[in-house]
Amino acid sequence: MAIDAATVRKVARLARIAEPEEKLDQLATELSGILNWIEQLNEVDTDGVEPMTTAVHTTLPMRDDVVTDGGDPARVLGNAPKSANNFFVVPKVVE
Amino acid sequence: MSELTGLTLKAALEGMAKGDFSSEEITKAHLAAIEASRPLNAYVVETPEKAIQMAQASDARRARGEAGPLEGAPLGIKDLFCTKGVQSTAGSMILRGFEPAYESTVTSQLWRDGGVMLGKLNMDEFAMGSSNETSAWGPVANPWRARGSNANLTPGGSSGGSAAAVAADLCLGATATDTGGSIRQPAAFTGTVGIKPTYGRCSRWGIVAFASSLDQAGPMARTVEDTALLLTSMSGHDPKDSTSLPIEVPDFASFCGKSVKGLRIGIPKEYRVDGMPPEIEKLWEQGIAWLKDAGCEIVEVSLPHTKYALPAYYIIAPAEASSNLARYDGMRYGLRVDGANLTETYEQTRAQGFGAEVKRRILIGTYVLSAGYYDAYYLKALKVRRRIADDFDQAWKTCDALLTPTAPSAAFALGEKSDDPVAMYLNDIFTVTVNLAGLPGMSVPAGVDAGGLPLGLQLIGRNLDEGTLFSLGSAIEKAADFRAKPQKWW
Repeated sequence: MAIDAATVRKVARLARIAEPEEKLDQLATELSGILNWIEQLNEVDTDGVEPMTTAVHTTLPMRDDVVTDGGDPARVLGNAPKSANNFFVVPKVVE
Repeated sequence: MSELTGLTLKAALEGMAKGDFSSEEITKAHLAAIEASRPLNAYVVETPEKAIQMAQASDARRARGEAGPLEGAPLGIKDLFCTKGVQSTAGSMILRGFEPAYESTVTSQLWRDGGVMLGKLNMDEFAMGSSNETSAWGPVANPWRARGSNANLTPGGSSGGSAAAVAADLCLGATATDTGGSIRQPAAFTGTVGIKPTYGRCSRWGIVAFASSLDQAGPMARTVEDTALLLTSMSGHDPKDSTSLPIEVPDFASFCGKSVKGLRIGIPKEYRVDGMPPEIEKLWEQGIAWLKDAGCEIVEVSLPHTKYALPAYYIIAPAEASSNLARYDGMRYGLRVDGANLTETYEQTRAQGFGAEVKRRILIGTYVLSAGYYDAYYLKALKVRRRIADDFDQAWKTCDALLTPTAPSAAFALGEKSDDPVAMYLNDIFTVTVNLAGLPGMSVPAGVDAGGLPLGLQLIGRNLDEGTLFSLGSAIEKAADFRAKPQKWW
């Protein structure tokens, strides 16, 4: 299926990546090329096949619901682009 | 000094145990070699002070009689592994300056066993690439060059720094990771040994995530036995990774050199792809002959869905990546580029922080997971993945392991395939099936092409049967007697 510039714009928005208008056509061509190559999967008969989500043949283990770590804001904030008073500083969300 | 850097891991461990040299001496020899190797661009961070400190501590442990299995061995660490207090960027601008407050489980086990960290190794950005050209820190040059040529070749990817460092004697062994072939293809391109173990052998905790259902850590080194020693340390259950398997870790080195007589080796006929260079075809035939001579029985097998593995992978891996990489939002760590509002801050941060290939894969992943396309693409790919895994289950009824080429070519020139994503993706045609099925796979250097460039053979094993791969790998290693080394030009 061919992807057009409008679809790229929408997907880039969903992915929160700013793509300049002048790049959309080129990206559409690239992504269409990849998706056209992927289309060959339609040749495979997958009727009644269970989707495979993991290669691990065990069920996920349960653990005790207890606090094992924490109380160390300096470590948590050590790589923050902006922080103040033991909090991350983020742009205003609510107008 | 050069004798100390050219040793195998095994010989180095023996040398230190006998007191022929100390960890500090062999570590310093490697640090000097690294300093002289910068044209290769294999290391993105060198940690000489930390290395000497760790080596001295190691020598002190040995003096106290507390030597671990890797005591004193200087190792390189792929930049995908978080290392406490040492910049860990996954080859990406978006993580420039990121110094984790914690150590990945795999590296912490290497240090527990006595390993010494030399530095962080270059890689494709977020492990997305087959040539190391997507690294934000520039490509790695392969230590190997074609005979009579000065052109820089790719060391493969994504673990290109690990492969180059091992091939150029810049460490005794290195950690790497493999999501679609990122250990095995670079091993083949650099004449080194690499193994991707069964999914779940190694904890993924503290390894920057690319595609979580496929990512697996593994070692690269110059001999099969060296990779076995490293994998034994790297493996084991970790409660912090719910997909790490709660099972015993065998002493993998004990399988090296064991007889392979009577083992049934499957040759998958679908791996004879169109346009395969005759040299690779010949090498494969040679590998079959070697294993026959060693007493193996050769059987033809069929893996009918092989050709669909790459297209399925290029839905599943980008889908998982688009979800995993959503965490890079510029709020808690990494790059932040301020915009007029929150959404713009996200968009600008990610636009400037991610490289072109990473963005391309995030867009593909977002697209195949978006409303209206989920069933047609993502669910379809998961069903094809099951078909591919079923193919292997069928094959195991008549054979114990598979032998294939590792990659469809020898190392190619930097820049040669970077304009055509699909041509680049085809590098992983022989390796990616193994990740989808979760199986162990190993690449062993087996010969050189007409230009003198190394070529590798791949062994694929049953779930959790790395042991058989180590036995077969050492049989091929012995028969191939691969001793070629890259000629030093850097």
